[in-house]
Amino acid sequence: MNDTSSPEHGATAPTSQQPDAGETRRGPSRRAVLGGAGVVAGAAALAGGGFAAGRATASPMQLRQYDFFGEHQSGIVTPAQDRMHFAAFDVTTSDRDALIGLLRAWSEAAATLMSGSELGTGIAGGSPLAPPEDTGDATGLPASGLTITFGFGPGLFVKDGVDRFGLAGRRPAALIDLPHFPGDTLQDRLTGGDLCIQACADDPQVAMHAIRNLSRLAFGVASVRWAQLGFGRTSSTTREQTTPRNLMGFKDGTRNLKAEDTENVREWLWADASDGADWMAGGTYLVARKLRILAEIWDRASLSEQEALVGRTKGSGAPLSGGNEFTDPDFTRPGADGSPLIPTDSHVALAHPSANGGAMMLRRGYNYTDGADDLGRLDAGLFFLAFVRDPETQFVPMQTAISSSDAMTVEYVRAVGSALFAVPPGVPAGATLDGSDGAYIGQGLFT
Amino acid sequence: MNARFALPSLVLTGAVIALAGCVPNTPAGADAVAVTATDEGCTLSAVEAPAGTLVFSVSNEGSSATEFYLLASDGSSIVSEVENIGPGLTRDLTVQVAAGDYFTSCRESDTADAVPAAFTVTEATGEVEVDEERQALLDQAAATYKAYVQQEVAALVTATDEFVAAFVAGDDDAARDIYASARSHWEAIEPVAESFGDLDPSMDLREADLAEGEEWTGWHAMEKDLWQPADYTPLTVDERTALAERLVADTAELSTRVNADDFTFEAFQIGNGAKELLDEVATGKITGEEEIWSGTDLWDFRANLDGAHEAFIVLKPAADLTDTDLSTEIEERFAALDAELAQYGSLEAGFLTYSELTEDQVLELSRLVEALSESLSQLTAAAVAA
Repeated sequence: MNDTSSPEHGATAPTSQQPDAGETRRGPSRRAVLGGAGVVAGAAALAGGGFAAGRATASPMQLRQYDFFGEHQSGIVTPAQDRMHFAAFDVTTSDRDALIGLLRAWSEAAATLMSGSELGTGIAGGSPLAPPEDTGDATGLPASGLTITFGFGPGLFVKDGVDRFGLAGRRPAALIDLPHFPGDTLQDRLTGGDLCIQACADDPQVAMHAIRNLSRLAFGVASVRWAQLGFGRTSSTTREQTTPRNLMGFKDGTRNLKAEDTENVREWLWADASDGADWMAGGTYLVARKLRILAEIWDRASLSEQEALVGRTKGSGAPLSGGNEFTDPDFTRPGADGSPLIPTDSHVALAHPSANGGAMMLRRGYNYTDGADDLGRLDAGLFFLAFVRDPETQFVPMQTAISSSDAMTVEYVRAVGSALFAVPPGVPAGATLDGSDGAYIGQGLFT
Repeated sequence: MNARFALPSLVLTGAVIALAGCVPNTPAGADAVAVTATDEGCTLSAVEAPAGTLVFSVSNEGSSATEFYLLASDGSSIVSEVENIGPGLTRDLTVQVAAGDYFTSCRESDTADAVPAAFTVTEATGEVEVDEERQALLDQAAATYKAYVQQEVAALVTATDEFVAAFVAGDDDAARDIYASARSHWEAIEPVAESFGDLDPSMDLREADLAEGEEWTGWHAMEKDLWQPADYTPLTVDERTALAERLVADTAELSTRVNADDFTFEAFQIGNGAKELLDEVATGKITGEEEIWSGTDLWDFRANLDGAHEAFIVLKPAADLTDTDLSTEIEERFAALDAELAQYGSLEAGFLTYSELTEDQVLELSRLVEALSESLSQLTAAAVAA
């Protein structure tokens, strides 16, 4: 079993600019372009706007910086950042070496991006006759707590019956094909994927810059199948974070698995070699579901109905059985007519670990909006992300119950996209990323 | 799809303080009467208040769920109540009362023997509007709406018999002709039918709503066999017969239930039902998802709208006590949507199929549905009053 208590991906002190962040630095520091690595706020204002200007001020959160290296990948137990850009890719080659080459390039680039540096020769350090190696849209911005998390979809192992990379025998049993859940109205173009990248940051432009540049490195080997921007976290993954609200206006993720719950994290989050796939030891599995909320209709439901559907009060987030937000729900406490105060078909009654054999998951989802649909209605919802050790036992039963019996989901939520990925362990500290023999994410699968 | 009508704890927990302006004598921000409930009983911050709108803010400091009642001068008949207040939670009870003697009680669920305490409502200075007739209007609304539901279910039974006869006999043309108009009697009262959680999945499930391996029965399974897509394996005669028998039996059960003596409505269920009918239009019919094989969504649309209008009409007198502007607005928006939909047909003459509408026509229908729905979502609170 892995030692989950060891510190990983520790953030550097918020006030430290860390212009020389050790071996993770590759390109020029993005902030140094402004003319002083230590200067944070104010520098942009002096620059007088224009292309070189970053944010006028950078909050302490945006100065956070996480280490690429670690037993586990970053962006899982990392305190959930406020913004996300997620992309799923189809691998377009059958060349195993090309695939490995991409993973190597992605790993090296991820380390550089997470350190707040420009890729390669940066925006202006290369040949004037060649396109800049970094697209430049994050230049001037700090690391912003960027984490980059890679995952492997079922199609990497077998796609349309073809074992393109000789990996079929190494597919983990836990990487199942998700079943059809009642009410699913999945769109093919928002579903599945051979590879995925989750980029989270406290500045949306930094997250977007990461996906943009990593996609650029993939041309010819993998191309984007679908992508999603998330603008607000819907879960807390550490105890120090307050519980945010989802687009239904309710606090979400109160009962989430938290990084500090080391026993639970060990039991419910990290895969172990004894689970069957040795190369996944220290990894986990990522469920991604795009859940559109029928916002206009939800907004017309009375407060009583909304609370009965969720099973919590809208104001404080307390369970309807009483107490405050963090009071354990009492699913048996009766109301006036003898039936439970928390309706049995409420969301909390069906999603709570006690209804699912104690199974927990680490939720890390984001609110999203794609603007308006063809009828002028808000096209928005929850981009549900959950990390689990075993989707078959920790996700499928709960989702089946919710999809068929949770009145809130059945009436007001439509699943339009869905995917499952194996998230390999991290690249250990001290490994070298450079060159044609450098370490890379998922290396254990190919050796 | 689901039984929102039947949510066990969907009671009126007060807190519906919207729609200001109907009770002129109540100063804005008037202090609520604070009610503190403990395991021993409850204490009130005042035992007297002027007539008009009263707000009791009930905080449960006990260890189990509590409720709070305002009782009439006989000490037992309930004027208004707020239930299911979990420990640590606070709920408001908003009620309009005339001057007189009342009692309050804060019975705990487990010990229903707390003694009611006297509460006096004094004459207010200035104009007071008190709804003494409201309850009578709401009782009338419930009776009228129940009769409407029973009438629609009776029509559904007859139409279903006719439909399945053609379906089993293999007279597909006749079955296709009857399908949409027979279903209109279901669609008009759909939230009521949905409140019986077991009947709705058996009778009206869409294919996409099935769980893996789940048996598909009801109207839409028969619809698909009548409007067969490519690569579809038609049902055998035995399979058709089984589906038909089940639908007839389910419809008979529905009829039994809505004609039972203990089948009653509360006003909020009628109002919520109207909202849900419009939700059905917005999520299923305006998108062509409900009748994916037959394309007969506009029949359902019409029936949903008729059912919602009936619910509105029965609640209108009570709602008018609170806010006549609201029912005027709802009436106007019903009329606008009616006119728009009438361009595409009628239940008697038939409608265009969904795919025959242009994008702009769908958009216009959608906008009118959204506007009506927004107004209609205020109806329950206005009718029940608060």
